[in-house]
Amino acid sequence: MKDQYRDPFAVEQEEWKKRQWKNRWKQLLTFSSPIFILVLWEFLSRTGLVDARFFPPPTEIVGTFIAMSASGELFHHIGISLFRIFSGFLLGVIPAVIIGLFMGLYSPIRHFLSPLIMALMPIPTLALLPIILIIFGVGEVSKIVTIAGSVFFPVVINTVAGVVNIDRIYLDVANNYGANSKHFFFKIALPGALPVMIEGIQMGQAIALLTIVAAEMMGANSGIGYLIWTSYNAFLLKEMFVGLVLISFFGYLFSLILRGLQTKLLPWR
Amino acid sequence: MKITIDELTKVFYKKGQSLTALEGIDLNIQDGEFVCLLGPSGCGKTTLLRILAGLEKPSTGSFEIAASGKERPLQSMVFQERGVIPWLTVKENVAFGLKMRHLPKSVVQERTAFYLEKVGLDKFARLYPKELSGGMKQRVSIARAFANDPEILLMDEPFAALDEQNKFILQEELLSIWEETKKTVLFITHSIDEALLLSDRILLMSSQPGRITEEIKIEMPRPRTMEEVRADQTMTEHFVKIRSHLDSEVQGSRT
Repeated sequence: MKDQYRDPFAVEQEEWKKRQWKNRWKQLLTFSSPIFILVLWEFLSRTGLVDARFFPPPTEIVGTFIAMSASGELFHHIGISLFRIFSGFLLGVIPAVIIGLFMGLYSPIRHFLSPLIMALMPIPTLALLPIILIIFGVGEVSKIVTIAGSVFFPVVINTVAGVVNIDRIYLDVANNYGANSKHFFFKIALPGALPVMIEGIQMGQAIALLTIVAAEMMGANSGIGYLIWTSYNAFLLKEMFVGLVLISFFGYLFSLILRGLQTKLLPWR
Repeated sequence: MKITIDELTKVFYKKGQSLTALEGIDLNIQDGEFVCLLGPSGCGKTTLLRILAGLEKPSTGSFEIAASGKERPLQSMVFQERGVIPWLTVKENVAFGLKMRHLPKSVVQERTAFYLEKVGLDKFARLYPKELSGGMKQRVSIARAFANDPEILLMDEPFAALDEQNKFILQEELLSIWEETKKTVLFITHSIDEALLLSDRILLMSSQPGRITEEIKIEMPRPRTMEEVRADQTMTEHFVKIRSHLDSEVQGSRT
């Protein structure tokens, strides 16, 4: 009964404050999980509960990271890996988008090419690495081609799906208002397929990172993958962990960049 | 005659099954006439409109839209609410037809601005459709069609998804723009009130096969408002007549 005398605005303000506090708590949780794992790792490693030779404490890995950066060697590996990822990524994404748009818009092209794509897609590009090395040699080109090959498939498949799933009514509108094939391509198919296409690019980005590490392990003498592999062989596990953390960092960074790009490119969503 | 339809039949055929969507449609529509096609859903009225819009081909028979000799497209369609393209801004949507026809920039600018103002969307020109209400989206669709300045306008139940109040407002807005331009309009609806308010002539359709079974001339002077239409004695008689016709159509197709 006493409730009647309370100020409704004050009640709602109270509620709002509670919601704010809950949100802050959730944000804190997001930050806390990696920190929790690191602290736990540090603790287990320091106390000898896990073998510090295999799991060196994070603070020591950071120390190794600083030492490696100081020598400049680390940046050479990072630079060459990033160069390979970016060139391979572009070499895969650009043709995938173009071919995907054509396949989506023109069903004869789609029917002609889709069995080829379906048949080639399940083959891991890494399994083709020996052949790629024979064709393109041990230089940069073979790594770039390997990445391009693995990025191509998710992007082309998502682009086709993006175009095919554009609501028919927009095609009717374009037809009714006299759009020619160039308009269909740039005003309807490309923007209409973009949301699904970007999902494919996100996937391709993740695959590019997986591929570069493996490719550099198998046939390279530089790069983050090479660093991981040689450190492991020389039992320099701190150096190996530095490589692993770098991969994880760049994976996270690229997803953030792509997500930012997504909101920029899709203001209408 | 602005639109001449001659013995037009459309059959949909699929794996041994065929469906006669339209049968022997004969229709003449005069220049500047506002004609409503009224019928139960599935009676082929949308098919007829899509044929005139060039989105579907007739099986047999023919139709003609008379050109006035000016540089105009033959027809433009006002689509349902979903027909506003989400990745184009309000302004780009309205300019869509003009851009497709590669008109000079100044003309595109001028006409787009004119019709944006007409439908009261000039302040929303830069927004994307997701930020608009259903009624505003439909205004975009109407502005896009009028800006294109076609010989005839085709409208496919443009107000079907709107709430009652918005529907009244948009119907009257449409009438006021139409009265300025005096375009020939073929309008599809399943709302009797809407047909009575808008039309010079109402065509009633039967379903499967889709035929035009009845024609009602609406003589009530313009400008009309919904209140006047509701209060008018003759219009009420028309309403009852159309209603019983549609009822018998729907009942007939059930048995």
